[in-house]
Amino acid sequence: MSDIPSDLKYVASHEWIRDEGNGVVTIGITDHAQDLLGDVVFVELPDVGAEFAIGDDMGVVESVKAASDIYAPLSGEIVAVNEELDDAPEQVNSDPFGDGWFIQLRLSVPEELDALLDADGYSELCESES
Amino acid sequence: MGSKTSLYEKHQEMGARLVDFGGWEMPINYGSQVEEHHQVRRDAGMFDVSHMAVVDVTGSDAKEYLRYLLANDVARLTEKGKALYSGMLNETGGVVDDLIVYLMSEPNVAGEWFRVVVNCATREKDLRWMFDHTAKFDDVALTEQPELAMVAIQGPNARAKTASVLGESRRKLIADLKVFQGIESEGWFIARTGYTGEDGLEVMVPEDEVADFWQALANAGVAPCGLGARDTLRLEAGMNLYGSDMDETVSPLAANMGWTIAWEPQERDFVGRDALQQLRNAGVAEKLVGLVLESRGVLRSHQKIVVEGEADGEITSGTFSPTLGCSIAMARVPVNTGASCHVDMRGKLVPVKVVKPSFVRNGEKVFS
Repeated sequence: MSDIPSDLKYVASHEWIRDEGNGVVTIGITDHAQDLLGDVVFVELPDVGAEFAIGDDMGVVESVKAASDIYAPLSGEIVAVNEELDDAPEQVNSDPFGDGWFIQLRLSVPEELDALLDADGYSELCESES
Repeated sequence: MGSKTSLYEKHQEMGARLVDFGGWEMPINYGSQVEEHHQVRRDAGMFDVSHMAVVDVTGSDAKEYLRYLLANDVARLTEKGKALYSGMLNETGGVVDDLIVYLMSEPNVAGEWFRVVVNCATREKDLRWMFDHTAKFDDVALTEQPELAMVAIQGPNARAKTASVLGESRRKLIADLKVFQGIESEGWFIARTGYTGEDGLEVMVPEDEVADFWQALANAGVAPCGLGARDTLRLEAGMNLYGSDMDETVSPLAANMGWTIAWEPQERDFVGRDALQQLRNAGVAEKLVGLVLESRGVLRSHQKIVVEGEADGEITSGTFSPTLGCSIAMARVPVNTGASCHVDMRGKLVPVKVVKPSFVRNGEKVFS
């Protein structure tokens, strides 16, 4: 069974969201997602300053097996990207909720946070897909 | 549920992720495909390849039968145990399968004995094809050997580590084996062959002994590896995968298999020869090349290749190369394709370098 930390929020496209409390969230992909993808070899992330609406395509994760789009789970502006993933994409596999984070986003529609799944909701979703 | 090899329980015990492969439940990896890949290039890894089909060919016409059945010529096997890679073609010169044939007996004795190893996914088709083509011959027997499991141990330390878990006589056999040679040993068959571009062995073992052999290898530090790593290793080595890089609609001349066709002696008739000769005379329109992507991203099979002033091509196998740290592929392209072309990657035309379809041998990069 994959790890689903209870202090994070989730979306059905298998991203996790951590509310940093100042209108900024950190985003990555879940343990379940990295497990499905297999060894991650490239992560294409947007530039700082780029703006996205919820559901926009904002990057690509490539594993040995497949390419997978990264969708913006919330609307906002990119304020940080994890540049370490350029040289160490395997951090997405080894530490998806820590060193494998993708981006930080300054929310433009903070109410969107209310619609996110909690750990239990995400856990049920993963089970229903397996 | 699919068929299970005799190592199924070992795979579960060792944490394999199992997938359906040609009707068999096989390990895709035991955690990290990339780690398993490196393990083979740097040390030693082992693969369960028991799903492949082993067919013994015997009888006084065995040799003439195989000389007719295969595009390569088993008359080239002039030493006991020597192996030959060949395509088995259809009448239109397409590839029914690719296979390895070993000469099990001494050469040129009455009733030579050969052993053929074919792909799992094509097993039934191959067997039917092989049986159908015995009709022209009086004395050929085909005997499948389903009770033999098969383990491929590959990597620079594969032979040494395998020898370390075996008795005296098999250790000696391994020390003496030449490249591309396989010898029987009291019900086992030990061959210095593989599908990774590394030194190593493929060992056929009676199925009731294979779990202990696998465990002994694991205890000796040989890493269990799945089909995922097997695919990235074979692609780096520039070895074709049946069904991806060639099939019944593709000529060996357009699949980098020209070297496996024995044109001489000219009087030898083999299935597909006429079609192949016609194509050779007319000129082949396409070739199989290697591609190297020097920018980020991963080449994937079926992506379109765009060559200026020529027809489009297609990637037949693409992956990330763990050894090189970039993406590589095999692609079928117009024969006039030069040193570079473009790949349509998710709607963007990306330049790639065209090389011979061989990227890594014995741990080292082989193209420039």
